[in-house]
Formats: sequence, C-alpha cells, structure tokens
Amino acid sequence: MQHENTHITSYRAHGVILVLLLFLTAITITVTWFDAGSLSVGVAMFVASIKASLVLLYFMHLKFDQLVFKVFAAVAFLLLAVVFIITFFDYLFR
Amino acid sequence: MEHNTSIEHEHRDDMGSKMGMWIFIFTELLLFGGLFLVYAVMRAKFFEDFHIAAHQLNVFIGAVNTIVLLVSSMTIAMSITAIQKNDKRLALILLSITITLAFVFMVNKYFEWGGKIHHQLYPGSEIVLTLKHGQVLFFSLYYFMTGLHGLHILIGMTLIGYVMYQIKTDKIKSNNYQILENAGLYWHLVDLIWIFLFPLLYLIT
Repeated sequence: MQHENTHITSYRAHGVILVLLLFLTAITITVTWFDAGSLSVGVAMFVASIKASLVLLYFMHLKFDQLVFKVFAAVAFLLLAVVFIITFFDYLFR
Repeated sequence: MEHNTSIEHEHRDDMGSKMGMWIFIFTELLLFGGLFLVYAVMRAKFFEDFHIAAHQLNVFIGAVNTIVLLVSSMTIAMSITAIQKNDKRLALILLSITITLAFVFMVNKYFEWGGKIHHQLYPGSEIVLTLKHGQVLFFSLYYFMTGLHGLHILIGMTLIGYVMYQIKTDKIKSNNYQILENAGLYWHLVDLIWIFLFPLLYLIT
C-alpha cells in the first residue's frame, strides 16, 4: 500500500554515514586538544550540528520523506533557535 | 463483513502513525532544549566554574559512549532496510546488536556515575557543598541531563525489545513496519541528544 514506492536506503549508504559521523566526532575531540578558548565551543557546536543534520536526513530518513515532515522538523528546530536567541538577548542586554 | 477475502482491507494509517511519532519527538526536543538553555545561560554566567568542574569528567568514557551510540543508530537504521528487503533474520540480528550496544552504554554510564559517587561527587554530598556555586550547578546539570538521557536509553531498549518480538511473531513484515520505523526514530532522537551532550559536558575544559 503506502510502502509500494518507498525509498530503501542501502546498507552501504548507512555505512558511509556512520564513517562520516565517526570522522566528525574525531574532529570535535581533536579540536579540544588545542586550547582555542571560546572558539572551540563554537567549532564543537558547529560540528555537532552537522552530525545532527546527517542523523536527521539519513538515519531518520527526512531527506526521502514527504515535505510535511521536513517542514515540521525545520519549524521545530527554528522554534528552539528562537527561544535560545531571545533568552540570550534578555540575558546579555539586561 | 461480506467482502471477498482477497481484497480484504486493512485499516492502517502509516503516515498518521509516523506524524504522531514526530510530534512526540518535538516535545522531547523541547524538554531537552529547555535543559540545554539552562546549561547555556549558567555556563555563560559561571564560565570558570563550569570549566573546572568539567575536568572531573572522563573524556575517554564519553567518547566510547558516543561511538557506541552512533554505531547502534546505524544498526537500527539498517534493520529497516533488512525488513524492507524481507530479511527477517538479519533485521533481528541488527536489532540485537542495537540492544547490546545500548546495554554497553548503560554499563559505561554505571561505572562513570559509580566512580563519581565514590569520589563524593554527587549533588548534596559534603564535598560538592564546599565547591563554588557554578561547580555545584554543573554537577546538578550533569546528573540531571545524563540521567534523563539514560532513562531514554532504557525506554528505547524496551521499545526495541518489543519490536523484535513483533518481528519474530511476523506482526512486523516487509509491508507493515511502521512500528519499527517509529522505534528507530526514537532511538535516533536519543543519539541526537547525546551528539550535543557529549561536547557540552565533556569537552569544554
């Protein structure tokens, strides 16, 4: 029924994503060896965001899902970002 | 019903089921998002204290657990591929690997928490009470966030076990596997949260 034209992700593709994720983890850990101060948190969060996107798009299959799920997820993360930004505006400029 | 059995209709809404799972995932995101927000503001406020307290965490165990979760995320994603290709045996093997890895994660966590509690580093202990305010906050957040995350791992393990039973009894098949997909989504969420927890708690020294 619904699954007749489902996209099937190959085992190989899953493997490639895992290798990428492990590589990015290695980068995050290595970066902290150099004491880059506040920069290292920025780098760590940036790399974590890339990892999260890979998990969302491929493991959680968003890339091949209907548009409604993509919009849904995007709005949820946007909401979270807005909450963070507003809170920090309040905190920093109080 | 007096229908011909060959055109029997199944009342099933896979899309609705998936949508429900995503909505639940968003509530989870907001739950953890709130904690991350507290963490972010407190870290900005007690920068030095967080720095010092984070030194107490074992980066090695954290890194091992990161790898464990990433691999388990891949195996559960692969089990969906296996079910789609009608390979019941492989799907079950992949899910057993996922559960085993989840168990390894919890064992690591046990030793990690155990070591810290042994060193009197737990909220309310005499040593922690002598620390600076920011360090106390760090440990409270550490225990609360990893504890809540660990609870999710336990729930995930139960869910995966249930899904394995359903595959075994042929309730989940190559044309009906939405429950497996939902369990997968839940497991990936657990992985997703750890992707942010690990650098924030362990690597900010």
